Amino acid sequence: MGKLITLVIQRLGLGLLTLLAVSLIIFLGVELLPGDIATEILGQDALPETVEVFRRELGLDKPPHIRYIDWVLGVIQGDFGTSFANQREISDLIGFRLANTLFLALMTSAIAVPFSLVCGVLAALYRNSLYDRAINTFTLTSISFPEFFIAYILIIMFSQQLGWFPSLSNVDMDMPLWERIYKCLLPAATMTLAVFAHMMRQTRAAIINLLASPYIEMANLKGLQRFRVVVHHALPNAWAPIATVIALNLAYLVVSVVVVEVVFVYPGLGQLMVDSVIVRDLPVVQACSLVFAATYILLNLTADLISIVTNPRLLHPK
Amino acid sequence: MTTKPKKQAKDSEVLLSIRNLHIEGQSDEEWHPIVKGVDFDLHRGEVLGLIGESGAGKSTIGLAAMGFARPGCKITQGDIMFDGVNLFNATENDKRSLRGVRISYVAQSAAASFNPAHRLIEQYSEAPVQHGVMDEKEAHAEAITLFEKLQLPDPHTIGFRYPHQVSGGQLQRAMTAMAMACKPDLIIFDEPTTALDVTTQIEVLAAIKDIVHEFNTAAIYITHDLAVVAQMADKIIVLRYGEVVEEADTRKMLSKPEKAYTKSLWAVRSLQKKEQPSDDILLEMRNIDASYGGGVKVLKNVSIKVPKQRTVAVVGESGSGKSTAARAITGLLPPMKGEVIFKGETLSAALKDRKADDLRKLQMIYQMPDTALNPRMRIRDIIGRPVQFYMGLSGKKRDERVSELLNMIEMEPNQYVDRFPGELSGGQKQRVCIARALAAEPELIICDEVTSALDQLVAEEILKLLQHLQDELELSYMFITHDLATVRAIADEIVVMLQGEVVEQGLKTEILTPPHHEYTDLLLSSVPEMDPDWLEGLLKERAKKKPSIQLAGN
Repeated sequence: MGKLITLVIQRLGLGLLTLLAVSLIIFLGVELLPGDIATEILGQDALPETVEVFRRELGLDKPPHIRYIDWVLGVIQGDFGTSFANQREISDLIGFRLANTLFLALMTSAIAVPFSLVCGVLAALYRNSLYDRAINTFTLTSISFPEFFIAYILIIMFSQQLGWFPSLSNVDMDMPLWERIYKCLLPAATMTLAVFAHMMRQTRAAIINLLASPYIEMANLKGLQRFRVVVHHALPNAWAPIATVIALNLAYLVVSVVVVEVVFVYPGLGQLMVDSVIVRDLPVVQACSLVFAATYILLNLTADLISIVTNPRLLHPK
Repeated sequence: MTTKPKKQAKDSEVLLSIRNLHIEGQSDEEWHPIVKGVDFDLHRGEVLGLIGESGAGKSTIGLAAMGFARPGCKITQGDIMFDGVNLFNATENDKRSLRGVRISYVAQSAAASFNPAHRLIEQYSEAPVQHGVMDEKEAHAEAITLFEKLQLPDPHTIGFRYPHQVSGGQLQRAMTAMAMACKPDLIIFDEPTTALDVTTQIEVLAAIKDIVHEFNTAAIYITHDLAVVAQMADKIIVLRYGEVVEEADTRKMLSKPEKAYTKSLWAVRSLQKKEQPSDDILLEMRNIDASYGGGVKVLKNVSIKVPKQRTVAVVGESGSGKSTAARAITGLLPPMKGEVIFKGETLSAALKDRKADDLRKLQMIYQMPDTALNPRMRIRDIIGRPVQFYMGLSGKKRDERVSELLNMIEMEPNQYVDRFPGELSGGQKQRVCIARALAAEPELIICDEVTSALDQLVAEEILKLLQHLQDELELSYMFITHDLATVRAIADEIVVMLQGEVVEQGLKTEILTPPHHEYTDLLLSSVPEMDPDWLEGLLKERAKKKPSIQLAGN
């Protein structure tokens, strides 16, 4: 058990290091962006003195490495700085948006993960059957379309024609939970269709990969039912690859949903970031990027830990 | 003891009757016959030995006795009558209800055939519980009884371990217990001891023999080892290319084999070589300590000398440090202490510090020719690379040298030079590995279990080739093996290793003739002999004097 805890701590430490490296890359990237916030806000013909004063106010006159260190120290204390554009605290600005994005991601994964696992196991169980072929074709089709296209199709079908769900997902803080869920159903469905295929196909492939192992043959020779062979004998050994793909897709749900957010006018983090890039609101862009990076690292870390924990060799050392 | 009373059946009753069995296998989109019309009968309580080389169809027939064909194989015709049911055309459900309950299977590699994700006792109870023979509590109690009977250590707790927490020999016994769980009428043993050390093999063989006898279980015992089958079987069938060559009672088969092929199998073990002493030392390991990652020492003060143009066999069971010694010599595992001296000069400990010429003079040949060759390279390039790298030959000269090397290993260059490893047999692949080592024009070749993945006849050819090359090219060999028949065949000197230490070292005859070191004695006496009474005699003798050595496997 002690070995496991050391491993977990090691991984967490590595994750933090990665995050630090990423923060540097983000900072440098934003630094290299063309354009200047001062001229962007004050206009091209602002007096040089005004620009100078404005820059000093925002702290842009300091050298980059000092600003980087200030920024990192601030973030560690939970202070992301203030927005250039509207002088609001970034943590306030992000907080609500992040909660929305996470809500949508959580809701999508609550539908997509169990659904794709079950479908993947069934596809492995009835390999090459009509069901297997049908679900493979369906999922391939669904990832082949761009998300906005699927979103519009869903809107036309369920919102315009049938009138079951709203086409706008403009949620706010005071909405009761069920109404939020109701408003988020269409975007969640869109994203489910986008991530379902990867997870389902990986589950199927990971299990089928194991079906040639001697211990599966042994299970068959014990006269076990096919379902038990797949679920009890193959699945527990397939968690590592499945968890990796699930984690990547969950990260995708948080990080790459901007298109879906725009289509459904959903107030999420992706939209905030795009808006901020347009107005050169650099601290907000940095903060959003950092949150995205942290999500990615955290989810991948979880996948790593799951593959470690599901390996009995590590869990039960000699 | 809660075991059920023995089934009171007449031994003359036929339990399994196979007639005109045909099985086909698929390769390259085509179906080829693997088993071509095999017939045999098996009576209750009888043990049938199936022997033959790999590819003879032994395992395929064994599995067919359960009505099972591996993916890519199909049973095309014949009758498999098991106690009144024809498994050839029985429904999948009917076959499933027999498997695990009335017919069970013991696989070659217990380590691979136990599911790594579940505890042993859960896997034991699975068949009885799922088939409704008993509930989980009863199954657990039975398991403990059987574990005890099979002399597993800590029978009450060993079942709650995971497969990786148990040694190979113990796993194999646990698998035999698992096969016994429902007290089946028939057990298929598919090479159950091939992956084990001789000293462990004895215990498993004795356990299987006892338990099969006690419950009057019929068994099909598949192996390529004649001496093993002589201990286990009542009658033997010799197979070749999917056909029965000869069938007879064990004693008759051993004393008077009729067919030429059977006789040739019997003759293999007679290969012997006369040792030649030499004091001209080529390589010396001096007081080497080594460990992986600085933990437990795998080698403890190991000193081994290899004379010029001689073969030193390093024997010992798995975990004794044989292969680690090879890694220390080649620099793959820099030792913690001690030095490797080659032709009077100390070699750098680590591989990366060694000169290319030192690397050239030390070559290795590995156990698994399948994985030692790059499947995407042609033979020309596999052998050509070291020719180019070490000898600096290229273009036409390189090709000429490759042809020369192929001739040396007795493979026709024009026929093989453009093939991929996948298009060669196991023995041919090992020959290519030898040629690749020879390409560097080495002075010492370390052979790590080079024949243990090969059939006996093929292995003998390889040993002859190695011997011939040694005489011709003045090579020295360090021959790592756990097979004492190989040692007799090829060695000049023998080094016996146990738990990382050298127990004994000397000329072959010195080591092989008594008095032995206690461990050498155990090792030598554990090698099965072709006498059907050997196992029982040995066990009786050993029961008299308890061995005082704790083996690595237990």
